[in-house]
Amino acid sequence: MGAGHAHRLYRHGNSPVHRLPPHTKITAVLAFVLIVVSTPREAMWAFAVYAGLLALVAYAARVPPGFLLRRLLIEVPFVAFAVLLPFVAEGERTEVLGLSLSVEGLWGAWNVLAKGTLGVAASVLLAATTELRELLLGLQRLKLPPLLVQIASFMIRYGDVITDEMRRMRIARESRGFEARGVRHWGVLAKSAGALFIRSYERGERVHLAMVSRGYSGSMPVIDEVTASRAQWSHALALPAAALVVCLLGWVL
Amino acid sequence: MHAPDGFIDAPISAAAGVLAAGAIAVSLRGARRELDERTAPLAGLVAAFIFAVQMLNFPVAAGTSGHLLGGALAAILVGPCTGVLCVSVVLLLQAFLFADGGLTALGVNITTMAIATAVTAYAVFRVLVTLLPRTRRSVTVASFAAALISVPASAVVFTLLYAIGGTTEVSIAKVATAMVGVHVLIGIGEAVITALTVGAVVAVRPDLVHGARGLRQRLKLRVNGELVDAPESEPAPARSPRKVWIAGLVASLVLAGFVSFYASANPDGLEKVATDHGIDEKAEEHPYADSPLADYAVKDVDDERLSGGLAGVIGVTVTVVAGTGVFWVVRRRRTDDGSGEPGDGRGRSDNDDSGRDGGGSDADSSSTTSSPV
Repeated sequence: MGAGHAHRLYRHGNSPVHRLPPHTKITAVLAFVLIVVSTPREAMWAFAVYAGLLALVAYAARVPPGFLLRRLLIEVPFVAFAVLLPFVAEGERTEVLGLSLSVEGLWGAWNVLAKGTLGVAASVLLAATTELRELLLGLQRLKLPPLLVQIASFMIRYGDVITDEMRRMRIARESRGFEARGVRHWGVLAKSAGALFIRSYERGERVHLAMVSRGYSGSMPVIDEVTASRAQWSHALALPAAALVVCLLGWVL
Repeated sequence: MHAPDGFIDAPISAAAGVLAAGAIAVSLRGARRELDERTAPLAGLVAAFIFAVQMLNFPVAAGTSGHLLGGALAAILVGPCTGVLCVSVVLLLQAFLFADGGLTALGVNITTMAIATAVTAYAVFRVLVTLLPRTRRSVTVASFAAALISVPASAVVFTLLYAIGGTTEVSIAKVATAMVGVHVLIGIGEAVITALTVGAVVAVRPDLVHGARGLRQRLKLRVNGELVDAPESEPAPARSPRKVWIAGLVASLVLAGFVSFYASANPDGLEKVATDHGIDEKAEEHPYADSPLADYAVKDVDDERLSGGLAGVIGVTVTVVAGTGVFWVVRRRRTDDGSGEPGDGRGRSDNDDSGRDGGGSDADSSSTTSSPV
């Protein structure tokens, strides 16, 4: 638990974007991504405008561009897939640099790359400006089932503990001279996973008993009820509203 | 294989989202049945376990390594509903916190990676466990087959979604071949690791493996050289609370009414010390000293013993009536409290523990502390 409860993507700050209530931010990001996905891929300029909008939000949230770009690296596997698309897709083909590529595949690759990148950037911005607990409270405000929110919050609280436990087991294995080199060593690793499961489950039982002995009866008290004023809603929804205009223009033009 | 935004078109993503929401709603109910009010902490911890075990790298060969997907493992270890919930929560948080998998593709991802894997794996597992002989080895074999089938099944569901709502025209046969081919390979690795992991858990805590609950072995006794089924240890017959209640009431009435006849008239220890040392000089007379039952005697009844006994009986009756009333009110309020679950949590979890006490040697200590590493 030494790492504290802030997740790695969170960037502490006190910008206007940080101060917005979480559920308005989640709604805004969901609406924004939905609008981006339903934009026609031929309207290339629209995606540039979307990127500009996100850059504005990042500027308002004082998230440095380098931070944002580094976080975008999570996308790399899809980039590999997108690069494959022009080669395998069907339809009329075109010559680019001596390679025979499918036009449809090129459009498809552009589509996945542009929309995927914008989606990842939007959720990275959300994660960078919202604390974990706030995010969960926001999801609860948005009528996600409370039990699901509780499960998620337990997972977050104990995720670090369980990961640390796994790390200690790895150190214990290594200090006994074990090094997993190939398939033959899967048995040992699987036994570690089994032990980790038993420890997690038993920890869950102990946590439950501890909660019951402190008066838990199936629901968690919400101490700080967050409410959003009309102004906050309008600030948060400015992003999807602007995106909607761009999207409509993209369909019309 | 987390699908990003824009991979599947908007209507199909929305439809998959609705499907995923429905499945999660069903699983929430099912998980309550599997774990009752322990759902939140236990499912949370299992989700944390799935999250951690996805980071455990299994080296394949020459520097490449794979990791567990965990859908089949979760379904076999904690049951299909809790399994779906745990993997869905992991996917939800991966989408929101780590931007891994698009937000609009969340429904697609939950459908393919949580629902398809967990449900297929559990169905295959159950069928095999019922068909195979009831041994520990067949649990391992069944989990191997379940995990092996679950991964390509998830790929098939993904291909199906892609066929309906894919944004790029790729021949579906090609997608299907590529996806299923790659995922059969992944599935073999997943199957080996899942089977080994389930085997490790079954060896230590068979009661924790949800899929193996029906595998309890009857205890055998060797009588005169041949094996005989041990008589089923009868669970202690539930004593009717009414009997206990009446017996207690009669006992207290007897004690209060008759035994107090012979009770020592000497002051009890504290009163004696207080009198001896003159502490009670300052003690004020109790404000109710003048009440009809003061000093355990009924006023206006002259026979000292009869009066004492009568006071005892009245006292017991009043206590019982008041206590029952308070208890009744509290219990009534608690059942009204919305959760709709009568009874307190501790008792229920106890029942659960005894319920899943499957044939292991050291299976029944639910509160064992994990040994430090």
